[in-house]
Amino acid sequence: MIVRRTATRMIAVALVFITGFATAALAAEAENSGVPMPVIPAGMGDSCVEDTDFMRRNHMDMLKHQRDETTLRGVRTKQYSLVECINCHVINGSGMEAVSASDPRHFCRSCHDYAAVNIDCFQCHASRPEAEDPTAENSTGFTPTGATRTSGGR
Amino acid sequence: MNMTRKNKDNRTSADFNASRRSFLGAMATAAGVTLAPGVVLYGIAKPSISSAKPLDAAVSNEVRWGMLIDLGRCDSGCDECVSACAKENGLRGFDRPETDAQWIRKVAVKDPQTGASKSLPVMCQHCENPPCVDVCPTGASFKRADGIVLVNKHTCIGCRYCMMACPYKARSFIHETLEDQKAHAPRGKGTVESCTLCVHRVDADRLPACVEACSDSGGGAMLFGDLNDPGSEISKRVATYASQQIRADLGLNPGVRYRNL
Repeated sequence: MIVRRTATRMIAVALVFITGFATAALAAEAENSGVPMPVIPAGMGDSCVEDTDFMRRNHMDMLKHQRDETTLRGVRTKQYSLVECINCHVINGSGMEAVSASDPRHFCRSCHDYAAVNIDCFQCHASRPEAEDPTAENSTGFTPTGATRTSGGR
Repeated sequence: MNMTRKNKDNRTSADFNASRRSFLGAMATAAGVTLAPGVVLYGIAKPSISSAKPLDAAVSNEVRWGMLIDLGRCDSGCDECVSACAKENGLRGFDRPETDAQWIRKVAVKDPQTGASKSLPVMCQHCENPPCVDVCPTGASFKRADGIVLVNKHTCIGCRYCMMACPYKARSFIHETLEDQKAHAPRGKGTVESCTLCVHRVDADRLPACVEACSDSGGGAMLFGDLNDPGSEISKRVATYASQQIRADLGLNPGVRYRNL
């Protein structure tokens, strides 16, 4: 029993050491310490909706919260919407066409591959912005609302 | 307030009120002039806006979305609604008509005794008491507060019980791996789906794609609106003219109604 407890403690210490090492490695990334690091491409805007550390740890919770709000209650704020993530973190391939999640260069995959965490989102959601369609609605959200809503039939 | 109190300029507050009133009046006139085109637009739109909800607000049960389809104006050869739906929601066929997704379809009905025939668009009827919701083992099939029946694909396990339960055969199962779905209509293999009444459009205060297509290039047979608002066009028509629900005997109270069936 004592042996097991000691072993657990040693593992815990080792984990703390490893975590500390990883953090140090992140800091020393520029020095190219030999630890392979994910290449995380920057998004299009000046900054993300929250700061980077927060996003790294919490993006999944924010997406999950937003998904329930939108699906079940019809809340359609854009701040934490997956569509907006995709629109901003678009990666263009060689043909200047946005790459999908099947491409390892995709923003989400660049980190998820490194961390060996599967992404389920793109089994249903589009993983890249829709190709430009001249007939598509404008994105400003303004439409002559309701003007035709009930004008369908007689 | 003391009406006779004098201020620095020796003017009574009654004077002030009068000048303030005339100033506001002038402002209102100016606004009326500058906004004239907008006012005209809203003059038409006013009776129908009942849902203009802010983006961050949840849908409410004060609204019940419904549709009235006038079969007298629905041509049997026209399938504008079907193709508009496919385009809007990114439905692609895989050349397998047995299993290809179908959110809306034209159904031909014929009275065997008289030979009279009709063609009616049939989609999810958005029942008040939806059997698909009753049978769903995970709660993925649900009715939104505003009466729109949806599948929460995050919790759908693809058992297809709802497809069996639906008397309108309104639901489809996705058999193929999909890519590049529409951003507003996520769809994926292993889940059930059906007409969403273009919920993404409705939330943005727009008409469903089929209704828009029907009025633009079809017969103008489809009318969409709030059944709970007595002032809405659909409520007035439903109250004035006879309309039918299909399989009304089941007591599901669908939100989709038909005229001239």
